[in-house]
Amino acid sequence: MTFFIQLVVTGFAQGMVYALIAIGFVIILKCSEVFNIAQGHFVMIGGYLGYTFLVPLGLPVWASLLAAVVVAVFMGLVIERFTLRPLIGQPVLAVIMMTIALATVLSGLATLIWGAEYKAYHGLLPTIILKVGSISIPSESLIGLIVSVICVTLLMLLFRYTKIGLAMRATAEDLQVVQSLGIKATTVYAVSWIIACIVGVIGGILLGGISGANMVLADIGLKAFAVVLLGGVNSIGGAIFAGIILGMLENVAAGYLDPLLPGGGLAQVFPFIVMIIVLIFKPHGLFGLATIERI
Amino acid sequence: MALYSGTFHENYAQDMAVFPTKLHWGLLIIFLILLFTCPLFFSDRILTILTMIGITIISVHGLNILVGYCGQISMGHAGFMAVGGYTSAILYAKLSFPFWAALPCGALAAGIAGLFFGLPSLKIKGFYLIMATIAAHFIIIWAIIQLYGLTGGADGLSVPRPRIGAIMLGTKTNYFYLVMVLACLATLIAHNIVRTRAGRAFIAIRDNDLAAEVMGISLWSYKLQAFFIGCVFAGVAGALLVHYISFASTDQFPFMDSVWYLGMLIVGGMGSTGGAIFGVVALKLLDELVTVIGPILSAAVAPQAAASVAIMSHGLIIIIFLIFEPRGLYHRWEMIKNYFRLWPFSHQE
Repeated sequence: MTFFIQLVVTGFAQGMVYALIAIGFVIILKCSEVFNIAQGHFVMIGGYLGYTFLVPLGLPVWASLLAAVVVAVFMGLVIERFTLRPLIGQPVLAVIMMTIALATVLSGLATLIWGAEYKAYHGLLPTIILKVGSISIPSESLIGLIVSVICVTLLMLLFRYTKIGLAMRATAEDLQVVQSLGIKATTVYAVSWIIACIVGVIGGILLGGISGANMVLADIGLKAFAVVLLGGVNSIGGAIFAGIILGMLENVAAGYLDPLLPGGGLAQVFPFIVMIIVLIFKPHGLFGLATIERI
Repeated sequence: MALYSGTFHENYAQDMAVFPTKLHWGLLIIFLILLFTCPLFFSDRILTILTMIGITIISVHGLNILVGYCGQISMGHAGFMAVGGYTSAILYAKLSFPFWAALPCGALAAGIAGLFFGLPSLKIKGFYLIMATIAAHFIIIWAIIQLYGLTGGADGLSVPRPRIGAIMLGTKTNYFYLVMVLACLATLIAHNIVRTRAGRAFIAIRDNDLAAEVMGISLWSYKLQAFFIGCVFAGVAGALLVHYISFASTDQFPFMDSVWYLGMLIVGGMGSTGGAIFGVVALKLLDELVTVIGPILSAAVAPQAAASVAIMSHGLIIIIFLIFEPRGLYHRWEMIKNYFRLWPFSHQE
């Protein structure tokens, strides 16, 4: 039983990492119909930025977070203006290839600047350590949970009560209507990219404070899409719920089935197996909206 | 396509000909002679590059039919290549099939895998289909590692040098000829598939699948046909790759290859046979350029610059093409040709 609970708890932590990436993804998707494959790379960059600000520069924690937000805003603006804006109205493949290309450029830059090395900065950020009986709760899960809940609350408020939030929802609904009503769609896109970058970078710093910054965070980005699809691509709450569910399922499945399989490594493909099943039986996910097409 | 000044097509056959004029035939023959005398002039290293280009061209032709003509985006093409490669390698190395039988069996196996993973395309499209095919890639690779007894799992599987009858194909020159013959055949077949009834159905599905269905095109049949054809090409390429290296391992079919095959289509120009070839040649030559300038950059800037450029090069070139020439190199090439065809009496835009 302890084994099972330990698996569930570890899975919860993994799920929160997924959820952090998935939230940023859903924000961009909700406003601009762009499927951002590079979201995992924002988290990776965040981890490295946290290292740079905290260790070589030795800034205090609040200044590091502030500096990272500034970098994230700049990054979001540059990415939106120079790579995604020329592609407005292009087919979905062009946009996806653009975000994949962006992802490789980001990992190339990270390699150039930080040498693709593992950078640890334990103990500099406040961490929460909880131990219940013989089960230790990984601090990733608590940090992830806190950040996700704050993000989601803020975003829900943004989408519901502010003018830009309303503009963002309207842009997701129908670009042409929005433009004819005098809302600047390009501003909406820029804002959505900036928010996604900030969420990714902050999440990356907090995760980096626990497990160190490395390139692996970027690879998790691809697996996070299973989360997005399971939750429904346009539901932020769904992303978190699905993230937790998938993280737990993955860990439990791997924990019990890996000893039975000769090659092991079930955790690596489990999200993809879920993805195929969801796509075949419930393509719009648990909380997504079904679209109706007309000729 | 513009015709040369003073050239007129008078009947249907002339209009539909792949090589409409004597000049085209002449250029084709000159090109083929140059291609097949390459081993006389070039070193083994350049032959290796050309062979890899040939293998990739076969694979990308398949992807072009699937993505460029039928509009069903697959980001798991390397996975289907792996199916073809492993099937062929197992049949040849373990069950001692002759090479000429193992290769088509590999292609067929890849086609069947394509049919299976193409099933979601009946319900989903666009981003969702991309995700389903990405999942297909990872599931295929995982399955290969799981089937340890058959495939050698993560250790890989060594394959004896291929031979057809008494002809050893192990040497670089002989294998170059094999790959180039198959690449030329693949180009011819790919170019003609899209001129058939099925090809026109693919294009209709790509442009608007709902409208195509209303017009009486069976989406079920034609989408699966496109997946089958595309993956058969991938299977041939995968089998050729495995036999060339004499070793089958999952590292030969990384996920990013699936992505870069799509990138090649974007750089070359999607939905044209020439575009597939242009894209493959461009990106493969870029790879060679990177291996040359990488060490120079490393020495000049920082030790990790070479690795960084190797990671970024494809991404950067794809960003540049998506922004400045989204229709690809082949479109540009056609425009240049048209200009000279009409020169000096150009009256077109």
